[in-house]
Amino acid sequence: MKNEYHAVEETSRRQFLKAGVVLAQGLVIGFYLPERGAALALQALEQPAVFAPNAFLRIRSDNTVTVISKHIEVGQGVYTGLATIVAEELDAAWSQVRVEGAPADDDLYKNLRIGMQVTCCSISITNSFEQHRQAGAMARAMLVAAAARRWQVSADEITVENGVVKHLRSSRQATFGSLARLAATMPAPARVTLKDPKNFKLIGAAHLPRVDSKGKTNGSAVYSIDVLLPQMVFASVERPPRFGAVPKNYDAAAAKAVQNVTEVVPVSGGVAVVAKSFSAALNGRTALKIEWDESKCETRGTPELLSEYRALLEQPGVVARRDGDTAAVLARAVRILTATYEFPYLAHVPVVPHSAVAKLSVDHCDIWACDAAPSALQSRAAHITGLRREQVEVHTVYGGGSFGGGGGGGDTAVEVAHAIGGRFPVKLIETREDTLRSDRFRPMYLHKLTAGLDANGNLIAWHHRIVGQSIFAGRPGGEVTKGIDITSVGGASNIAYDIPNILVELHSPANGIPVAAWRSVGDSHCAFAVETFLDDVAHAAGRDPLEFRRALLAKDPREKPILELVADARYRDSLFAKFPRDRQVLELAAVKAGWGTPLPTGRGRGIAVHYSFRTSVAHVAEVTVGSGGEIKVDRVVCAVDCGLPVNPDIIRAQAEGGVAFGLSSVLHERITVKAGAVEQSNYHDYRLLRIDEMPKVEVHIVQSSEPPMGIGEPVVPPVGPAVANAIFAAVGRRVRTLPFPTVA
Amino acid sequence: MAVSLILNRKSVTLDVDPNVPLLWAIREAVGLTGTKFGCGIAQCGACTVHLEGRPIRSCVTPASAAAGKAVTTIEGVSGPAARAVQGAWEKLDVVQCGYCQSGQIMSAIALLNEKRDPTDAEIDAAMSGNICRCGTYVRIRAAIHEAAQMRKVER
Repeated sequence: MKNEYHAVEETSRRQFLKAGVVLAQGLVIGFYLPERGAALALQALEQPAVFAPNAFLRIRSDNTVTVISKHIEVGQGVYTGLATIVAEELDAAWSQVRVEGAPADDDLYKNLRIGMQVTCCSISITNSFEQHRQAGAMARAMLVAAAARRWQVSADEITVENGVVKHLRSSRQATFGSLARLAATMPAPARVTLKDPKNFKLIGAAHLPRVDSKGKTNGSAVYSIDVLLPQMVFASVERPPRFGAVPKNYDAAAAKAVQNVTEVVPVSGGVAVVAKSFSAALNGRTALKIEWDESKCETRGTPELLSEYRALLEQPGVVARRDGDTAAVLARAVRILTATYEFPYLAHVPVVPHSAVAKLSVDHCDIWACDAAPSALQSRAAHITGLRREQVEVHTVYGGGSFGGGGGGGDTAVEVAHAIGGRFPVKLIETREDTLRSDRFRPMYLHKLTAGLDANGNLIAWHHRIVGQSIFAGRPGGEVTKGIDITSVGGASNIAYDIPNILVELHSPANGIPVAAWRSVGDSHCAFAVETFLDDVAHAAGRDPLEFRRALLAKDPREKPILELVADARYRDSLFAKFPRDRQVLELAAVKAGWGTPLPTGRGRGIAVHYSFRTSVAHVAEVTVGSGGEIKVDRVVCAVDCGLPVNPDIIRAQAEGGVAFGLSSVLHERITVKAGAVEQSNYHDYRLLRIDEMPKVEVHIVQSSEPPMGIGEPVVPPVGPAVANAIFAAVGRRVRTLPFPTVA
Repeated sequence: MAVSLILNRKSVTLDVDPNVPLLWAIREAVGLTGTKFGCGIAQCGACTVHLEGRPIRSCVTPASAAAGKAVTTIEGVSGPAARAVQGAWEKLDVVQCGYCQSGQIMSAIALLNEKRDPTDAEIDAAMSGNICRCGTYVRIRAAIHEAAQMRKVER
């Protein structure tokens, strides 16, 4: 089977080779867009103190190496990861490496898997790996060529180590900075040789310090909410309480009378109060009178939707996967198990509320934001302001978390700046309540599972039905195929377990509640249903949950005859983990956790394994259940196979954080809707996990030479089921309605 | 109207409404943005600063409450506990998105000024008012222990 990764590698190499441009000054290479690359290189020639061999790298005469990150940094360590890859092939010293966010530019900075500039889907390192290795190797070759020219020696005799270019025979050496000017005039290599991975020094190093640690530890790191511009005004937007309502009319007089309020202007979906301080803008909002047009708004709430979904759960849906003949086999099964699950709407709630800054003049618009898709923001801003795309400049700053939310506020900041005629730079700040209530949520889902066992306790049929909104319905792209939103069934339709008869069905009812991706997307609920129900089946069959899973993971699912598995072509190759990675992480977590060793009464151990975002993860959770049903998660042992570990310590950090995120959702988080309005408003009623509930986390990373895969999301899905299975092991009670702060 | 206070060891007079939360006075009137806005209702701890050396939530503290008093923000921390905490945070790479970390560090410094070698339970009690959505709690605990060790070595 052709690996998707290799396809990318080949594409990028081909583009790389054809991207060279001959100029009068010599050969320079632009990445993926010849004419633009040439422009960059020319710029470099005009300012020879900066060596800009390609779109991802600047080497300055002060000996700094600046990596231009095409992906945003929202905590997952992407800046450090991309810099690691470039610096490895460049043989830079880690201490000389800096990182800056890239400008909006689809051509130069597109995500190679998506085709546009976007940070998503735990693929930042995956899609950039070969590309950034080549970027580093190319610059290294040009620095070597410059040194060879200067010293009049053969390039073959020159070595580069830790940021120093050396000619050992003549005992000469030079820093990158001192060669930058000359390197900028060197012909770019037609071909570069990448390192043998066994010679990696930075990639795979046990701990390479994060590039953003210092700034985020001394308060100097700048997020969009921190951007300060002269004469800046502050905007706060009143939006409707109910989804789908719009302002009918508003009376701005009282708001304008508030001290330091300067203007009240309409924006899409709401009304903005502009003031000389954020506090004044909030006071203005309190005084603002808006009449909402609720004729098209959502009027239902969680109870009504639950009734609708429960009814759908009893009806056949669109088939997402079919192996064998599940209905017929269930009809003759010796034993049938069935269970239903309820998963609530969930919010992203990064600790930073949405915020952005926009500065507008007659022919230019600057935006400071951390938007997952800067070039799309650029296009929308051009549309709002009537400027051309190239007149809109997106300055990407640090993001205070995303978790699938993508970062918001840029559009509204531009709208307000435009509405006030660009007289002042505008900082939009949402309140916590604004950000929570105007979120696009992880949809609510209901699941029903039915399993059939034969007389020997073998699992012979598996029927999984899912009900919940599609997050991609009506949008272009391949996420929805044959009526199946792949993100609604991710982790359910592609289970790797060797069950002869499998039927997975989906209902995608629509409603007015806005929904979107949330860290680990469909796998966030599907893994819970699959892995806890499988635990039920194991217990019913009298089998150990670990042994039961191992037996079901004995064969490569790719070799199984599957009648139907709905997925767009681009997902085909990554539906299943490379065999037998799932089983290996399962076994690794079990061994490290001491699976099978006795625990005191009231404590239990649960296991779950899940493959998502091309990464396999298994957790063993140890849980203590108190006499009042209180749940304390004591320890989580995590085994991860995400391919080649580029930054092991960041992988570990993502695993630790992913455990917290998964635990938070299953223990506490729930958005409920009443008559079309969200009932929660802030952290007091949308609870998040706090440090006193954080278990010990032990992370074991599989050493792999496979291409690097995702880590931001795939740790999350198996957390909940491992904990639920541990609760069952401890006290024999099953939790199937989330969240579960206690067990009854 | 104006409020005078000692901010990061310097006397300042801020031209703000005395009822304005200290958070916004610091961020907007002074321009020190290391102190963060997270919830506005003292639930997340991102806005934690020290008032007379004790951690407070500046988002619900009116600027007038700081009149004539010493306020320290992340930009102005100093002393052995601060050095140890920031050093340990960097050494263990605690941060992810980093947005809550100013508040986490202000709470941690206050804890180490009170207790030289806190237990896990004491750390959990002192730090449970600070939310980290990235879930860096494992490293926050480890870094506070590390900071306590660093101070022992320093002595």
